[in-house]
Amino acid sequence: MKDEFIVLSPTAILGYGFPEESFYRGLEKNPDLIAVDGGSTDPGPHYLGAGKSFTDRIGVKRDLRYMITEGVKRGIPVVVGTSGGCGAKPHLDWCREIVEEIAEENKLNFKLGLIYSDIDKETVRTAFKAGKISSLDYVPELTEEAIDASKNIVAQIGVEPMIDALDRGCQVILAGRAYDPACFAALPIKEGYDEGLATHMGKILECAAIASTPGSGSDCVLGFLGEDYFRLETLSDERRFTKESTAAHTLYEKSDPYHLVGPGGSLNLEKCEFIEHDNKGVTVKGSVFEKAEKYTVKLEASRKIGYRTISIAGTRDSILIGQIDSVLKKVKIRVDDLLKKESMNGKVHFHVYGKNGVMGSLEPETDLISHEVCIIIDVLAPEQSMADTICSMTRSTLLHYGYDGRISTAGNLAFPFSPSDIKAGEVYNFSLYHIMEIDNQDLFKIEVKDI
Amino acid sequence: MKKLVDLARVIRSKNAGPYELTLDMIFKNNEIYSKVKENKLINAEKIAEIYKIDKDLIKGIVYFDPAYAVKVTMKRELASGAYGDSDIYGAQQHAPLLKLEFDI
Repeated sequence: MKDEFIVLSPTAILGYGFPEESFYRGLEKNPDLIAVDGGSTDPGPHYLGAGKSFTDRIGVKRDLRYMITEGVKRGIPVVVGTSGGCGAKPHLDWCREIVEEIAEENKLNFKLGLIYSDIDKETVRTAFKAGKISSLDYVPELTEEAIDASKNIVAQIGVEPMIDALDRGCQVILAGRAYDPACFAALPIKEGYDEGLATHMGKILECAAIASTPGSGSDCVLGFLGEDYFRLETLSDERRFTKESTAAHTLYEKSDPYHLVGPGGSLNLEKCEFIEHDNKGVTVKGSVFEKAEKYTVKLEASRKIGYRTISIAGTRDSILIGQIDSVLKKVKIRVDDLLKKESMNGKVHFHVYGKNGVMGSLEPETDLISHEVCIIIDVLAPEQSMADTICSMTRSTLLHYGYDGRISTAGNLAFPFSPSDIKAGEVYNFSLYHIMEIDNQDLFKIEVKDI
Repeated sequence: MKKLVDLARVIRSKNAGPYELTLDMIFKNNEIYSKVKENKLINAEKIAEIYKIDKDLIKGIVYFDPAYAVKVTMKRELASGAYGDSDIYGAQQHAPLLKLEFDI
């Protein structure tokens, strides 16, 4: 074991980019690992269910090209977590294709490890019947129906399958859905470094320079893991890690910053210390990994609930704005009536910007004071063509609706676009966000390919 | 009375998973933070009042000393991306906090 294990984290999410200078400056420190987080559930349920990435192919290829060409040339392992944005098989395959292109274009040879984190429905059903699946807070209880309707069920894997792939000599690893810190923590844990410190360092490195100040989603940082500490350094002079920025990042997107639960255990930060240095670094001590009695993973999946068509329009008429709620209600009743008569299924929702478009029902302000209002007609139906029809009906009804006191009789809406209606395609809901006990790591298939 | 916007350097909201919303208030220094913490100025009643929601929707409030921060976690009325949701990332649900004032 070396005194310090050095990890280069190029960017917050694979595809978000990084300055070339920062990346090369990081390489000058001879890192032992280049790792990057490739995804998140943040962009919503569509991408997981539809098997598409929310990151851009050209951006992902550009980032990977730097990482893989330099990693392979210098013998530094490259590990990607949650490949393709959501980490299901279609996402992993999309990312693999990009890596193969890079290898061919740059004449690189290496051993590629692919870790699939998809869980087949039968496995989930069996675990569900055996009482091995539990709901997280506020998540609806799981049903067999929800399992059947789900597309792309994935588990957030921990470090174990990545360690396995590294043991098999993989130089580049693309993992499916993974716990964010895992791609950073796997190799140092394999080499004997402390699991708590490695995981906490991974937790910060997964967002790269977002945890520094001024924050950036597209810049490189370095983590140095020692025996009883880790420290963080930025790679561009304009930003630095401070005690506050690092500690504040520990809060980010988590409900309890003292106990971060992950696959196989949780990170206890009750005794954690953050120590700031003058030269843009921070040292962290005291992070402890507590192994769980039973190994659990978080399952994620989405189910298709229909198709969406939207129309965006505005109004500047104070007479209409003054009674917008009741007008929209009446328009909805008229459209619902039409749907019933035509035996059509669908839902209409209005997002009203200038009133509560951002906060919806959580908006505490009741007075509408905007001089203009934007209305997004949001239609959900079982078929795209039906969503198109309902959106068109709703749009024309609202456009010409004769509300009380109407004196602007040419039309109630200003449309910024022609066509006014936009097909938004398949709509998904999260269907699984549950904790499953697993007996071993064989669930996660590892494929090793010589490239 | 002092405004939260003058006492905190960060006031933000974000999803903590698709079913929870988490609000972070990071204070400018330990002195301000300690006063807020000692007097429990950020509490479930206060948050429920300014968001005009039922107190039961608030899952927890954690004071996190290393960051001089208070974190409030609440139920999302709709899961992220559910039909009718207005903020997939949950990143713009902090605004009621900007009006918060304390006797400090």
